[in-house]
Amino acid sequence: MRIVVENVEKRFVDSKKREVTALENINFSIEEEEFVVLVGPSGCGKSTLLNIVGGLLSPSGGEVYFEGWQDSKPPRLGIVFQEIALFPWRTVYQNIVFGLEEQGMSKAEMKEKGARYIEMVGLKGFESAYPKQLSGGMRQRAGIARALAIEPHLLLMDEPFSALDAQTRTLMQEELLSIWNRTRLSTLYVTHNIQEAVYLADRVIVLSRHPGQIKEIIRIDLPKIGRDQDKHREAFEAYSNQIWQLIRHDAQEALKEG
Amino acid sequence: MAQSSDTAAGQVQTSQKHIIRNRVSFLDQTIPTYVSVLGIIGILVIWELLCRLGLVPPLFLPAPSAILGAGWDMLVNGELAQNLLASLYRILIGYALGSLCGIVFGLILGFSRWVDAILNPVVYSIYPIPKIALLPLIILWLGIGETPKFTMIALGVFFPVVINTYSGVRNVDPILIKASVTFGSNYFNVIRKVILPGSLPMIFAGLKLAAGTSLLLLVSAEMIAAQQGVGSMILHYGNLMIIPKLMVGVLILSLLGLLINRGLQWLENKLIPWK
Repeated sequence: MRIVVENVEKRFVDSKKREVTALENINFSIEEEEFVVLVGPSGCGKSTLLNIVGGLLSPSGGEVYFEGWQDSKPPRLGIVFQEIALFPWRTVYQNIVFGLEEQGMSKAEMKEKGARYIEMVGLKGFESAYPKQLSGGMRQRAGIARALAIEPHLLLMDEPFSALDAQTRTLMQEELLSIWNRTRLSTLYVTHNIQEAVYLADRVIVLSRHPGQIKEIIRIDLPKIGRDQDKHREAFEAYSNQIWQLIRHDAQEALKEG
Repeated sequence: MAQSSDTAAGQVQTSQKHIIRNRVSFLDQTIPTYVSVLGIIGILVIWELLCRLGLVPPLFLPAPSAILGAGWDMLVNGELAQNLLASLYRILIGYALGSLCGIVFGLILGFSRWVDAILNPVVYSIYPIPKIALLPLIILWLGIGETPKFTMIALGVFFPVVINTYSGVRNVDPILIKASVTFGSNYFNVIRKVILPGSLPMIFAGLKLAAGTSLLLLVSAEMIAAQQGVGSMILHYGNLMIIPKLMVGVLILSLLGLLINRGLQWLENKLIPWK
């Protein structure tokens, strides 16, 4: 089973009634157990693309599909939002089991799964707290647990750590990697942070802007765990640099346009 | 449906695919505007038919055409304009008075902790009193001229506006106030340049709420003590059992309410372009 993004394009009409092409000619696939990261300058349509893959936006052309899908039930998609989007009126536990509830899972099973994922993201002891009582990092852990709990066939993450401070972010990246190593979910991850992309990805898809197109797909040939070790530093830097060179010009243009 | 199989001949291996479609497209569905117009026209047509077929006695519910005819007669003999002007005059003055006082008072109440501490309980204990219950008292105090009518409407408008303005002020993000103070604003300018615009959305919510109340009080006051106005006109024709003319008054009120709401909406769009 793999997820295929085929000839996807997205056009919309802006506030001045001009037609804007946000995405054009997007073709790639996500293999089983593959971690794919979309990276690009602001305004390149990477979040738009993730939303299309997540079934939250219709493409203007092309399609996204699961190839080799045998089941009669549709595949489950777990989405981690940039805005976290926890329900303020539900406790951490109630938020995390939300997807399970919607699947009609039994109370006992829900409890067991909920506990497992709360444990996995390190929120033990906070089950009955409300999102408002948590720090940003803890909230996003709950957001991640909510997406993991449904055991999705594809995990989508839209700049999940961009609202966190740099230190929390580094820790969360490490944790995400160790969680991913246990679950091995096919993942599509959007970020504008190049180091984060190189740190997490099996493949990095670099997008350009105006219109958003795939500029290059880079396979990161480093062991999945421990990329921050000294012996990989040089290769890590080389990948980061390569991606930065691809994005640099576009990012400067984006800055000028604001 | 969601499943579609590749029909290319000879392909036997796993060619099942499941296409991902937008499951939240209902969020940005757009309905053409003529649908709303058709809705109203549809109801009018059904209404007319019910009357024409004799399913509803005309005394209870006259047909739209009959109401329209009565309205035309009243327009021609000047009766409509006279009553409408009297009502408009009252509601305009009352509404302006009540909302202006409400906004100013709400701003002060929200900004000053002292005023809040002293007057908040007073405001909240007068707020729940149905203002129509005060009419006899107000007539006693102010007589039976136009003044008690302005006062009634102003009172009814004042409270929802005060309370909304107050919560609007309280909901202004303190970081914005801190920012303006660091850049040199004094108290007055903090209110004028930060708190007022910051609470405008809530103020408008209050103004819209108050528009309904003001119509209610207008009609009540006119029914109790007035020679002219839409309210007294409705009561008059009710007593005479001239139902089409009564319905003209009711429709005028509906149109008036609609007009006020549209006017406020227009003003809101003009004043709050950042929303």
